[in-house]
Amino acid sequence: MATTEPTPNREPVPPATTPSRDAANWAKPVDRLSAAGVSGAKVDSVSGKRVSGPLQGFGQLWQKTFRVRLEGSDLTPEQVVAAWKDKFPTFWPKGSRFYAPLAGIAPGEVALLDVAPVPGSPVKLSTGVMVIYADDESFTFMTPEGHTLSAWITFSAFRDGGVTVAQAQALERTSDPFDELAYILGGNRMNNNFWRDTLRNLGLAMGATDPEVEIQVVCIDRKRQWRQARNVRNSATLRTARHTITAPVRWITRRG
Amino acid sequence: MSATTIGLDRQGSVAILRIAGDVTSGSEADLMDGFTRAVDGGARAVVLDFAGMEYMNSGGIGLLVTLLVRAQRSGVRLLATGLSDHYHEILSLTRLDEAITIHADEAAAVAAAEG
Repeated sequence: MATTEPTPNREPVPPATTPSRDAANWAKPVDRLSAAGVSGAKVDSVSGKRVSGPLQGFGQLWQKTFRVRLEGSDLTPEQVVAAWKDKFPTFWPKGSRFYAPLAGIAPGEVALLDVAPVPGSPVKLSTGVMVIYADDESFTFMTPEGHTLSAWITFSAFRDGGVTVAQAQALERTSDPFDELAYILGGNRMNNNFWRDTLRNLGLAMGATDPEVEIQVVCIDRKRQWRQARNVRNSATLRTARHTITAPVRWITRRG
Repeated sequence: MSATTIGLDRQGSVAILRIAGDVTSGSEADLMDGFTRAVDGGARAVVLDFAGMEYMNSGGIGLLVTLLVRAQRSGVRLLATGLSDHYHEILSLTRLDEAITIHADEAAAVAAAEG
């Protein structure tokens, strides 16, 4: 219990002027994102966009926690997080691609990704993330405008009862009304399965025996933010749908 | 790592939560308890005074979102003061400054809260 009693006649304390211990762990604010530090991706739908967190999203606000106990592994939390940063794309389920920044997962870096909107789909949603925070035991991504989710997701590891536990925790809202509808119609479940499979893959790679992923989902705010409905103008989902629908026209045009 | 401490002062209908030490996901109980006491005391606006904050990680910034949602649900305005340039940048980076108005000093924050 650390809440103190009132402090009458207290003189205001000026803000600290010495660098904070966390100073090197945070990205610097940017007005617009640039994915110049990424290679390999066919589509860059992130450059020029702003980051968009839970406050800028449309749908209900969810906190999702995916946790795997690395029973049988003797790796420390720091070792797990280092490996997670280093080999992040390899833990993703098949069908989705993560194009890591050349500089690695570090504060301020931008990564691109292609995600299958439904399992096995040949059509991919192209979007990305910005690394807003990274230290030895955790790192956090924030989504750009146009991503289906306006979110922060933090990947971390810690010790619990003598066992290292790896965790992914998302604070997310869907970005616009169409994304919210897709989320309700199955996107939410797919998203949960995606991170469950990722954590399981991580657990196996870290030497855990038969890793079980524990999932906790809490609705933080049931209200939808209708003032953010205009986010639809940046929607990667609609852009991908338009691209798919017009594919036959482009094919015919190319054939002359 | 130093513990989070939350002090509570009042100026009329404005409560001032003085946040000191390290703010991480482990600070949730202390921060929410402080906010509950502020609102239960009748505050219509809460000024978060960050001058004593020594460290904040991404878990800590996540707590501020949760706090903001609680404040919005309760019809309470959130304001901030005492931010170093570094923490001001973090609120800007995460776009929390679009929902929590930042003031240069406590007097300005209280005046804005009362206005």
